[in-house]
Amino acid sequence: MTESLVTETAERLFADLATPEAVNAAEAGTWPAELWNAVAEAGFLDALGGDAGGTLDGLGDAVDIVRAAGRHAAPLPIAETMLARWLARRVGLAPPEGPLALAVEGPEDRVELRRIGVDWQLSGMARGIPWARNARGLVVSTGAAVAVVVPVGAVIEPRKNLAGEPRDDITLDLKLDARSVAGAPMDADAAVVYRLGALLRAAQMAGALEEALQLAVTYAGDRVQFGRPIAKFQAIQQQLALAAEQVAAAGVAVASAVAATGSSDLAFAAGAAKLRVGEAAGKVCDIVHQVHGAIGFTHEHRLHQLTRRLWSWRDEFGIESAWALELGRLVASQGADGIWPFLAQR
Amino acid sequence: MAVSFRFDPVTLPPACEALRREVRAFLADARASGIWAPAGDFATNHSPAFSRAIGARGWIGMTWPKKYGGQERSMLERYVATEEMLVAGAPVAAHWIADRQSGPLLLRFGTEEQRQEFLPSIARGECYFCIGMSEPDSGSDLASIRTRAERVEGGFRLNGRKVWTSHAHRSHYAITICRTSPADGDRHAGLSQFIVDLKAKGVTVRPIKNLAGNLDFNEVTFDDVFLPGNRLVGAEGAGWKQVTSELAFERSGPERFVSTFRLLVEFARRVGANPDPRAAEALGRLTAHLWTLRRMSLSVAGMLQAGETPNLEAALVKDLGNAFEREIPELVRLLAPRGSRSGGNDRFEETLAEAVLHAPSFTLRGGTREILRGIIARGLGLR
Repeated sequence: MTESLVTETAERLFADLATPEAVNAAEAGTWPAELWNAVAEAGFLDALGGDAGGTLDGLGDAVDIVRAAGRHAAPLPIAETMLARWLARRVGLAPPEGPLALAVEGPEDRVELRRIGVDWQLSGMARGIPWARNARGLVVSTGAAVAVVVPVGAVIEPRKNLAGEPRDDITLDLKLDARSVAGAPMDADAAVVYRLGALLRAAQMAGALEEALQLAVTYAGDRVQFGRPIAKFQAIQQQLALAAEQVAAAGVAVASAVAATGSSDLAFAAGAAKLRVGEAAGKVCDIVHQVHGAIGFTHEHRLHQLTRRLWSWRDEFGIESAWALELGRLVASQGADGIWPFLAQR
Repeated sequence: MAVSFRFDPVTLPPACEALRREVRAFLADARASGIWAPAGDFATNHSPAFSRAIGARGWIGMTWPKKYGGQERSMLERYVATEEMLVAGAPVAAHWIADRQSGPLLLRFGTEEQRQEFLPSIARGECYFCIGMSEPDSGSDLASIRTRAERVEGGFRLNGRKVWTSHAHRSHYAITICRTSPADGDRHAGLSQFIVDLKAKGVTVRPIKNLAGNLDFNEVTFDDVFLPGNRLVGAEGAGWKQVTSELAFERSGPERFVSTFRLLVEFARRVGANPDPRAAEALGRLTAHLWTLRRMSLSVAGMLQAGETPNLEAALVKDLGNAFEREIPELVRLLAPRGSRSGGNDRFEETLAEAVLHAPSFTLRGGTREILRGIIARGLGLR
């Protein structure tokens, strides 16, 4: 994990403002305005870049930022707003300021844009949209079309994920004028946006995993039983070693997906990273909770801020089994003797 | 206690891809002309003819100086050549240990005379080494070995016994670690490494049949074997340090996670281009794991190339990789019931049978999973 300047800056910002108290307050329903303003002022929300040129040069920085956000369980739609802003710019639409909701047509949601004369009809339903209730605008990615809707203008049914983060269901039935809709190029269609979402969520998870492991290692060194720190027991050491392997794999999967430039590489790499990180999450949460004992199962320790997010995030932008199926079909289509050549160039 | 492992991303330079194409073309031609057939993994498929053929192409000792028969290529180029051979199931066992371990050991700690004597013939694929480490009473606890060398006129006299010495019956020399002075106080002191000629008087090699029925590893007995003084490798008493300095090379390569890759390929062949959802899920999941492991392993190769000693990272790769290569047969057998039989000519069945029978060795050879996890725990600051 090479420390980039972006990582350092983000790490400092989140350590200062995404405190365990702030995370709890957000869960209780307070919008963390100070943290949001700091994130916006730091320029993090435009880290992906995105102009008509539309390259993803900023992907590495964006991943570093959301990874740091994940380490601190930052309760904000940072990844979603980054992606929504990038997408709007990429198709030549102006993204509104403030937190944005992002709805992507994908395996889980059906969203439709239909032309009606010179206008457009936006309809459908999208579930589990992060912070839709707080968003200043909505960016919709469906097939090869993008719509920017300000204000959100959907029927919002408030829901929460396991970590108490807003994950709202939205129902869309809106008439939009032509200035709010644009066609997306191949490298920014809904499939690509969904994959980028998967990669950013995987990066958040990689950060949360690192922190969860660090908490467990620290706790094992501090907690004394049978007259010595529990870190001295081989049973604990072997379990934490297994957790470390999973955290290492998660970090490498994310970094490798970032290195996979171009959308055709991303087709495999983003899904593979999300799958691999998702599996790591289940295993690591199991071990870090066991190491923490009962205190980790309470609100008096901050471990739950990470593990509840990990359990939620692994279901978002593609659960492991969904990616396994998609990747498996992609790999099978290479033919048995094509699998190695396919992997060797990744 | 701060968690601090690091996997720097690696991009393979263009020279690697050109080399990859060369190796693939060679393997295809050589296979067509009958020089080799895929079978087993890096530790079992032994063919001097194949080793000489790739030695002639400069693919053994690739990173060594040219004056010792090497090619002065990078660790990443070596990585690409070896991964191509391993995934193809090519018979690399004859030269494997000399190429990966014994040669680099001599380059680092050997005398000029030893380098000139052994390295060029290793690189030609003509001289094979094995490693004498474990003993009947010493496995993971290497420092407890009892094989000893005593100083005598002109050299040393070696007595003791080694076990699980892979290919001792087909190798020319064994890098043997033994006690040259008693373990008083510091039990890691007093160990030394020697190049032992397996044809020497007093050396007895007895093959031990493994669970799968193969004769790959051996018991090697030393009965008053005379070792000329010039066969000591490195400093007398520095054996422990020398052995542990090479662990990252031994533990991080593709051989630690592709041992059952050919089973994945045969599974894909069996389920076809349009697999049912269960088979597709298994294929996708295993491929994502393999992709991750390869990127981890390449990262370690990159750090080795940069002169670092990523022992913790190597232990992470090996333990995770061994679990993966063991999981492949466990998963695919559920999707192709009654597949693990031998005797027919079904490649899937043959490969599955071989994978199941060899799997127990994966997490033993080159450091048991328990030892690796202990190393990782130390890296985490727990011990």
